[in-house]
Amino acid sequence: MYDGNKIIPGLVIFLGLITFPFWYNIGSAAYEKPQLKLPEIEKECVEPKDWIRAEHMQLLDDWRDLAVRDNTRLYVNQAGKSFDMSLSKTCMSSRCHANKAEFCDRCHDALAVSPYCWDCHVEPPIVEE
Amino acid sequence: MALNRRSFLKAAGLTTLAGLGGHAAMELLAPGALEAAQPAQVGAYPEALTAKRWAMLIDTEKFTSAELYQKCIDACHKTHNVPTIPGKQEVKWLWTERYAGTFPEQQHALVPEKVKHQPFLLLCNHCDDPPCVRVCPTKATFKRADGIVMMDMHRCIGCRYCMAGCPYGARSFNFRDPRPFVENIDEHYPTRMKGVVEKCTFCEDRLAKGQLPACVEVSEGALIFGDLADEDSEVRRILRERYSLRRKPSLGTNPSVFYLI
Repeated sequence: MYDGNKIIPGLVIFLGLITFPFWYNIGSAAYEKPQLKLPEIEKECVEPKDWIRAEHMQLLDDWRDLAVRDNTRLYVNQAGKSFDMSLSKTCMSSRCHANKAEFCDRCHDALAVSPYCWDCHVEPPIVEE
Repeated sequence: MALNRRSFLKAAGLTTLAGLGGHAAMELLAPGALEAAQPAQVGAYPEALTAKRWAMLIDTEKFTSAELYQKCIDACHKTHNVPTIPGKQEVKWLWTERYAGTFPEQQHALVPEKVKHQPFLLLCNHCDDPPCVRVCPTKATFKRADGIVMMDMHRCIGCRYCMAGCPYGARSFNFRDPRPFVENIDEHYPTRMKGVVEKCTFCEDRLAKGQLPACVEVSEGALIFGDLADEDSEVRRILRERYSLRRKPSLGTNPSVFYLI
Protein backbone atom coordinates (compact mmCIF):
# COMPACT_ATOMS: atom_id res chain seq x y z
CA MET A 1 0.00 0.00 0.00
CA TYR A 2 1.33 3.40 -0.92
CA ASP A 3 1.32 5.91 1.93
CA GLY A 4 -0.02 3.30 4.36
CA ASN A 5 1.58 5.15 7.24
CA LYS A 6 -0.77 8.08 6.54
CA ILE A 7 -3.89 6.26 5.38
CA ILE A 8 -4.17 3.77 8.26
CA PRO A 9 -3.88 6.37 11.08
CA GLY A 10 -6.29 8.53 9.07
CA LEU A 11 -8.79 5.69 8.92
CA VAL A 12 -8.42 5.03 12.63
CA ILE A 13 -9.06 8.69 13.44
CA PHE A 14 -12.05 8.75 11.07
CA LEU A 15 -13.59 5.63 12.61
CA GLY A 16 -12.97 7.03 16.06
CA LEU A 17 -14.79 10.25 15.22
CA ILE A 18 -17.73 8.63 13.49
CA THR A 19 -18.36 6.22 16.36
CA PHE A 20 -17.96 9.02 18.91
CA PRO A 21 -21.65 8.95 20.01
CA PHE A 22 -21.40 5.26 20.83
CA TRP A 23 -18.28 5.21 22.96
CA TYR A 24 -19.00 8.58 24.51
CA ASN A 25 -22.20 7.19 25.99
CA ILE A 26 -20.67 3.96 27.29
CA GLY A 27 -21.40 3.71 30.97
CA SER A 28 -24.15 6.34 31.06
CA ALA A 29 -27.65 5.23 31.88
CA ALA A 30 -29.79 3.92 29.06
CA TYR A 31 -32.70 6.04 27.81
CA GLU A 32 -35.70 5.55 30.00
CA LYS A 33 -39.20 6.24 28.86
CA PRO A 34 -40.36 9.24 30.88
CA GLN A 35 -42.98 8.47 33.49
CA LEU A 36 -45.95 10.74 32.90
CA LYS A 37 -48.51 11.69 35.49
CA LEU A 38 -51.82 10.88 33.87
CA PRO A 39 -54.97 12.77 34.75
CA GLU A 40 -56.91 11.35 37.64
CA ILE A 41 -60.36 12.51 36.65
CA GLU A 42 -60.60 12.14 32.89
CA LYS A 43 -59.60 8.74 31.53
CA GLU A 44 -60.31 9.20 27.82
CA CYS A 45 -58.28 11.56 25.65
CA VAL A 46 -59.66 13.43 22.65
CA GLU A 47 -58.50 10.62 20.38
CA PRO A 48 -56.97 7.15 21.07
CA LYS A 49 -53.87 7.36 23.23
CA ASP A 50 -51.43 5.90 20.72
CA TRP A 51 -52.57 8.23 17.97
CA ILE A 52 -52.38 11.22 20.27
CA ARG A 53 -48.88 10.25 21.39
CA ALA A 54 -47.65 10.36 17.82
CA GLU A 55 -49.83 13.06 16.32
CA HIS A 56 -50.79 15.52 19.10
CA MET A 57 -48.65 18.25 17.56
CA GLN A 58 -50.44 17.86 14.24
CA LEU A 59 -53.80 17.87 15.98
CA LEU A 60 -52.95 21.06 17.89
CA ASP A 61 -51.66 22.67 14.71
CA ASP A 62 -54.93 21.84 12.94
CA TRP A 63 -56.91 23.13 15.90
CA ARG A 64 -55.10 26.43 15.95
CA ASP A 65 -55.61 27.03 12.24
CA LEU A 66 -59.27 26.03 12.42
CA ALA A 67 -59.94 28.21 15.47
CA VAL A 68 -57.97 31.28 14.46
CA ARG A 69 -58.41 31.36 10.71
CA ASP A 70 -61.70 29.53 10.11
CA ASN A 71 -63.57 30.40 13.30
CA THR A 72 -64.29 26.71 13.84
CA ARG A 73 -63.95 25.81 17.48
CA LEU A 74 -65.87 22.62 18.09
CA TYR A 75 -64.20 19.25 17.61
CA VAL A 76 -66.28 16.08 17.56
CA ASN A 77 -64.22 12.88 17.86
CA GLN A 78 -64.97 9.41 16.52
CA ALA A 79 -66.94 8.53 19.63
CA GLY A 80 -69.15 11.58 19.08
CA LYS A 81 -67.89 13.53 22.07
CA SER A 82 -67.30 17.22 21.43
CA PHE A 83 -64.41 19.35 22.63
CA ASP A 84 -63.46 22.99 22.55
CA MET A 85 -60.43 23.29 20.27
CA SER A 86 -58.19 24.86 22.84
CA LEU A 87 -54.87 23.90 24.37
CA SER A 88 -55.45 25.75 27.62
CA LYS A 89 -59.19 25.20 27.94
CA THR A 90 -59.37 21.55 26.88
CA CYS A 91 -56.00 19.77 27.06
CA MET A 92 -54.72 21.65 30.08
CA SER A 93 -58.00 22.02 31.92
CA SER A 94 -58.16 21.10 35.58
CA ARG A 95 -59.72 17.74 34.66
CA CYS A 96 -56.82 16.75 32.42
CA HIS A 97 -53.21 17.81 31.98
CA ALA A 98 -53.21 20.86 34.23
CA ASN A 99 -49.72 20.08 35.45
CA LYS A 100 -47.42 20.98 32.59
CA ALA A 101 -44.23 20.04 34.43
CA GLU A 102 -45.39 16.49 35.14
CA PHE A 103 -46.93 15.79 31.77
CA CYS A 104 -45.92 17.93 28.79
CA ASP A 105 -42.43 18.79 29.97
CA ARG A 106 -41.38 15.26 30.93
CA CYS A 107 -41.52 13.99 27.34
CA HIS A 108 -40.45 17.22 25.71
CA ASP A 109 -37.40 17.44 27.95
CA ALA A 110 -36.47 13.79 27.46
CA LEU A 111 -36.63 14.23 23.70
CA ALA A 112 -34.96 17.65 23.76
CA VAL A 113 -37.79 19.44 21.98
CA SER A 114 -38.93 22.85 23.12
CA PRO A 115 -42.28 23.78 21.62
CA TYR A 116 -42.98 27.51 21.93
CA CYS A 117 -46.73 27.11 22.63
CA TRP A 118 -46.32 28.44 26.15
CA ASP A 119 -44.55 31.61 25.09
CA CYS A 120 -48.09 32.93 24.69
CA HIS A 121 -50.55 30.28 25.87
CA VAL A 122 -50.76 30.33 29.62
CA GLU A 123 -50.11 27.21 31.63
CA PRO A 124 -52.71 26.95 34.37
CA PRO A 125 -51.51 27.76 37.88
CA ILE A 126 -50.98 24.66 39.99
CA VAL A 127 -53.59 24.38 42.71
CA GLU A 128 -52.24 23.12 46.00
CA GLU A 129 -54.44 20.50 47.61
CA MET B 1 -22.67 -6.72 -16.46
CA ALA B 2 -25.50 -9.19 -16.99
CA LEU B 3 -28.28 -6.61 -17.14
CA ASN B 4 -28.79 -5.42 -20.71
CA ARG B 5 -31.09 -2.66 -21.81
CA ARG B 6 -33.92 -5.03 -22.72
CA SER B 7 -34.11 -6.78 -19.35
CA PHE B 8 -33.73 -3.46 -17.52
CA LEU B 9 -36.72 -1.97 -19.36
CA LYS B 10 -38.78 -5.10 -18.63
CA ALA B 11 -37.98 -4.97 -14.93
CA ALA B 12 -38.71 -1.22 -14.78
CA GLY B 13 -42.05 -1.70 -16.53
CA LEU B 14 -43.08 -4.51 -14.23
CA THR B 15 -42.12 -2.55 -11.14
CA THR B 16 -44.19 0.42 -12.28
CA LEU B 17 -47.16 -1.85 -12.96
CA ALA B 18 -46.84 -3.47 -9.56
CA GLY B 19 -46.71 -0.07 -7.91
CA LEU B 20 -49.79 1.25 -9.66
CA GLY B 21 -51.67 -2.02 -9.37
CA GLY B 22 -50.76 -2.34 -5.73
CA HIS B 23 -52.19 1.05 -4.92
CA ALA B 24 -55.36 0.29 -6.87
CA ALA B 25 -55.69 -3.05 -5.06
CA MET B 26 -55.25 -1.37 -1.68
CA GLU B 27 -57.91 1.19 -2.59
CA LEU B 28 -60.21 -1.66 -3.62
CA LEU B 29 -59.66 -3.93 -0.64
CA ALA B 30 -59.18 -1.35 2.13
CA PRO B 31 -60.51 2.01 1.00
CA GLY B 32 -58.90 5.00 2.64
CA ALA B 33 -56.27 2.96 4.47
CA LEU B 34 -53.41 4.61 2.62
CA GLU B 35 -54.51 8.14 3.44
CA ALA B 36 -54.13 9.65 6.87
CA ALA B 37 -57.15 8.89 8.98
CA GLN B 38 -59.30 11.96 9.66
CA PRO B 39 -62.35 10.60 11.39
CA ALA B 40 -63.25 13.64 13.43
CA GLN B 41 -65.74 16.32 12.55
CA VAL B 42 -65.35 20.00 13.22
CA GLY B 43 -67.84 22.82 13.40
CA ALA B 44 -68.96 25.99 15.09
CA TYR B 45 -70.75 26.20 18.42
CA PRO B 46 -74.51 26.13 17.92
CA GLU B 47 -74.90 29.13 20.25
CA ALA B 48 -72.35 31.23 18.30
CA LEU B 49 -73.41 34.74 17.33
CA THR B 50 -73.10 35.26 13.59
CA ALA B 51 -73.47 38.18 11.24
CA LYS B 52 -72.65 39.28 7.72
CA ARG B 53 -70.86 42.36 8.96
CA TRP B 54 -70.33 43.07 12.63
CA ALA B 55 -70.48 46.71 13.67
CA MET B 56 -70.31 48.73 16.86
CA LEU B 57 -72.12 51.94 17.73
CA ILE B 58 -70.61 54.18 20.39
CA ASP B 59 -73.26 56.41 21.97
CA THR B 60 -71.20 59.48 22.86
CA GLU B 61 -74.10 60.98 24.81
CA LYS B 62 -74.20 58.07 27.23
CA PHE B 63 -70.46 58.24 27.91
CA THR B 64 -70.75 60.97 30.50
CA SER B 65 -68.26 59.78 33.08
CA ALA B 66 -64.63 58.82 32.93
CA GLU B 67 -65.56 55.82 35.05
CA LEU B 68 -67.64 54.26 32.31
CA TYR B 69 -64.79 54.65 29.84
CA GLN B 70 -62.43 53.04 32.29
CA LYS B 71 -64.87 50.23 33.00
CA CYS B 72 -64.99 49.29 29.31
CA ILE B 73 -61.23 49.56 28.90
CA ASP B 74 -60.57 47.48 32.02
CA ALA B 75 -63.02 44.79 30.95
CA CYS B 76 -61.35 44.55 27.55
CA HIS B 77 -57.79 44.60 28.78
CA LYS B 78 -58.47 42.10 31.56
CA THR B 79 -60.21 39.64 29.24
CA HIS B 80 -57.38 39.69 26.75
CA ASN B 81 -54.34 39.96 29.05
CA VAL B 82 -53.36 43.33 27.61
CA PRO B 83 -50.23 44.56 29.39
CA THR B 84 -50.05 47.96 31.10
CA ILE B 85 -46.79 49.46 29.90
CA PRO B 86 -46.25 53.18 30.43
CA GLY B 87 -44.73 55.43 27.79
CA LYS B 88 -44.13 54.90 24.12
CA GLN B 89 -44.24 51.11 24.32
CA GLU B 90 -47.86 51.20 25.44
CA VAL B 91 -50.13 48.36 24.28
CA LYS B 92 -53.82 49.19 23.85
CA TRP B 93 -56.92 47.62 22.38
CA LEU B 94 -59.41 50.16 23.67
CA TRP B 95 -58.51 53.71 24.66
CA THR B 96 -59.75 57.29 24.65
CA GLU B 97 -58.80 60.35 22.64
CA ARG B 98 -60.05 63.94 22.50
CA TYR B 99 -62.18 65.31 19.68
CA ALA B 100 -59.27 66.73 17.68
CA GLY B 101 -57.53 63.37 17.51
CA THR B 102 -60.70 61.39 16.96
CA PHE B 103 -62.25 63.44 14.18
CA PRO B 104 -59.40 65.51 12.70
CA GLU B 105 -61.43 66.19 9.56
CA GLN B 106 -64.28 67.71 11.58
CA GLN B 107 -61.94 70.03 13.45
CA HIS B 108 -62.72 73.75 13.40
CA ALA B 109 -62.31 76.78 15.65
CA LEU B 110 -65.92 76.87 16.84
CA VAL B 111 -66.37 73.33 18.14
CA PRO B 112 -68.20 73.65 21.49
CA GLU B 113 -65.89 73.49 24.52
CA LYS B 114 -67.76 70.49 25.91
CA VAL B 115 -67.22 68.44 22.76
CA LYS B 116 -63.67 69.65 22.34
CA HIS B 117 -62.59 68.20 25.66
CA GLN B 118 -64.86 65.18 25.74
CA PRO B 119 -63.01 61.89 25.45
CA PHE B 120 -64.11 59.46 22.73
CA LEU B 121 -63.69 55.71 22.93
CA LEU B 122 -61.30 54.39 20.29
CA LEU B 123 -60.68 50.88 19.02
CA CYS B 124 -59.92 48.99 15.81
CA ASN B 125 -62.49 50.14 13.25
CA HIS B 126 -62.74 46.75 11.54
CA CYS B 127 -62.77 48.51 8.18
CA ASP B 128 -64.55 47.10 5.19
CA ASP B 129 -61.42 47.84 3.15
CA PRO B 130 -58.67 47.47 5.76
CA PRO B 131 -55.28 48.90 4.75
CA CYS B 132 -53.54 46.78 7.38
CA VAL B 133 -54.70 43.60 5.66
CA ARG B 134 -53.52 44.85 2.30
CA VAL B 135 -49.97 45.52 3.53
CA CYS B 136 -49.48 42.44 5.73
CA PRO B 137 -46.85 40.29 3.99
CA THR B 138 -47.72 37.05 5.83
CA LYS B 139 -51.52 37.28 5.97
CA ALA B 140 -51.20 37.32 9.76
CA THR B 141 -53.94 39.91 9.72
CA PHE B 142 -56.93 39.12 7.56
CA LYS B 143 -60.56 40.01 7.13
CA ARG B 144 -63.09 37.36 8.00
CA ALA B 145 -66.33 36.77 6.14
CA ASP B 146 -68.24 38.47 8.98
CA GLY B 147 -66.19 41.66 8.63
CA ILE B 148 -63.92 41.19 11.65
CA VAL B 149 -60.32 42.14 10.97
CA MET B 150 -58.52 39.37 12.77
CA MET B 151 -54.95 38.79 13.96
CA ASP B 152 -53.22 35.42 13.72
CA MET B 153 -50.42 35.85 16.24
CA HIS B 154 -48.83 32.60 15.06
CA ARG B 155 -48.04 34.15 11.71
CA CYS B 156 -47.10 37.67 12.73
CA ILE B 157 -43.42 38.38 12.05
CA GLY B 158 -43.50 41.82 13.67
CA CYS B 159 -42.68 43.84 10.54
CA ARG B 160 -45.15 46.55 11.63
CA TYR B 161 -46.33 47.35 8.10
CA CYS B 162 -49.88 47.11 9.44
CA MET B 163 -49.12 49.76 12.04
CA ALA B 164 -47.89 52.06 9.31
CA GLY B 165 -50.92 51.17 7.20
CA CYS B 166 -53.59 51.69 9.87
CA PRO B 167 -54.81 55.30 9.77
CA TYR B 168 -56.44 54.97 13.20
CA GLY B 169 -53.45 53.97 15.33
CA ALA B 170 -55.36 50.91 16.43
CA ARG B 171 -52.38 48.60 16.52
CA SER B 172 -49.74 48.16 19.20
CA PHE B 173 -46.38 46.47 18.97
CA ASN B 174 -44.92 44.30 21.69
CA PHE B 175 -41.49 45.79 22.12
CA ARG B 176 -40.83 43.41 25.00
CA ASP B 177 -42.26 40.32 26.65
CA PRO B 178 -45.66 41.55 27.88
CA ARG B 179 -46.14 38.96 30.63
CA PRO B 180 -44.46 40.87 33.47
CA PHE B 181 -46.80 43.78 32.74
CA VAL B 182 -50.05 41.82 32.96
CA GLU B 183 -51.64 41.83 36.36
CA ASN B 184 -53.55 38.60 37.10
CA ILE B 185 -53.06 36.72 33.85
CA ASP B 186 -56.27 35.04 32.68
CA GLU B 187 -55.17 31.55 31.72
CA HIS B 188 -58.06 31.14 29.28
CA TYR B 189 -56.69 33.72 26.87
CA PRO B 190 -53.11 33.69 25.60
CA THR B 191 -50.76 36.57 26.20
CA ARG B 192 -48.65 37.76 23.32
CA MET B 193 -44.90 37.47 22.93
CA LYS B 194 -42.18 39.95 22.13
CA GLY B 195 -42.26 41.06 18.51
CA VAL B 196 -45.90 40.73 17.48
CA VAL B 197 -48.57 43.34 16.76
CA GLU B 198 -51.93 43.20 18.52
CA LYS B 199 -55.27 44.97 18.46
CA CYS B 200 -58.97 44.64 19.19
CA THR B 201 -60.60 41.56 17.60
CA PHE B 202 -64.24 42.48 18.37
CA CYS B 203 -63.98 39.63 20.92
CA GLU B 204 -64.34 37.04 18.18
CA ASP B 205 -63.59 34.29 20.71
CA ARG B 206 -66.56 35.41 22.81
CA LEU B 207 -68.85 35.75 19.79
CA ALA B 208 -67.97 32.16 18.84
CA LYS B 209 -69.47 31.06 22.16
CA GLY B 210 -72.53 33.26 22.02
CA GLN B 211 -71.28 36.11 24.20
CA LEU B 212 -71.19 39.80 23.31
CA PRO B 213 -67.83 41.61 23.36
CA ALA B 214 -66.52 42.28 26.86
CA CYS B 215 -66.70 46.07 26.52
CA VAL B 216 -70.30 45.96 25.24
CA GLU B 217 -71.33 43.77 28.16
CA VAL B 218 -70.18 46.28 30.80
CA SER B 219 -71.03 49.47 28.89
CA GLU B 220 -74.52 49.96 30.40
CA GLY B 221 -76.00 50.36 26.93
CA ALA B 222 -73.53 52.95 25.67
CA LEU B 223 -72.05 50.48 23.21
CA ILE B 224 -74.35 48.71 20.77
CA PHE B 225 -73.15 45.71 18.81
CA GLY B 226 -74.88 44.07 15.88
CA ASP B 227 -75.12 43.12 12.24
CA LEU B 228 -74.74 46.03 9.83
CA ALA B 229 -75.86 43.94 6.87
CA ASP B 230 -79.20 43.06 8.47
CA GLU B 231 -81.74 45.83 7.84
CA ASP B 232 -83.84 44.84 10.85
CA SER B 233 -80.99 44.77 13.33
CA GLU B 234 -80.77 47.16 16.26
CA VAL B 235 -77.67 48.88 14.89
CA ARG B 236 -79.38 49.62 11.58
CA ARG B 237 -82.50 50.91 13.36
CA ILE B 238 -80.43 53.28 15.51
CA LEU B 239 -78.36 54.44 12.53
CA ARG B 240 -81.60 55.31 10.71
CA GLU B 241 -82.81 57.38 13.66
CA ARG B 242 -79.67 59.14 14.87
CA TYR B 243 -76.86 61.10 13.29
CA SER B 244 -73.51 59.32 13.37
CA LEU B 245 -69.88 60.01 12.50
CA ARG B 246 -67.13 57.69 11.45
CA ARG B 247 -63.43 58.37 11.80
CA LYS B 248 -61.57 59.71 8.72
CA PRO B 249 -64.25 58.80 6.16
CA SER B 250 -62.32 60.44 3.32
CA LEU B 251 -59.78 57.61 3.39
CA GLY B 252 -62.38 55.22 2.04
CA THR B 253 -61.66 52.46 4.53
CA ASN B 254 -65.35 52.22 5.43
CA PRO B 255 -65.11 51.60 9.20
CA SER B 256 -67.57 49.44 11.12
CA VAL B 257 -67.42 51.64 14.21
CA PHE B 258 -69.94 54.48 14.37
CA TYR B 259 -70.07 57.40 16.82
CA LEU B 260 -73.61 58.48 17.66
CA ILE B 261 -73.67 62.23 18.15
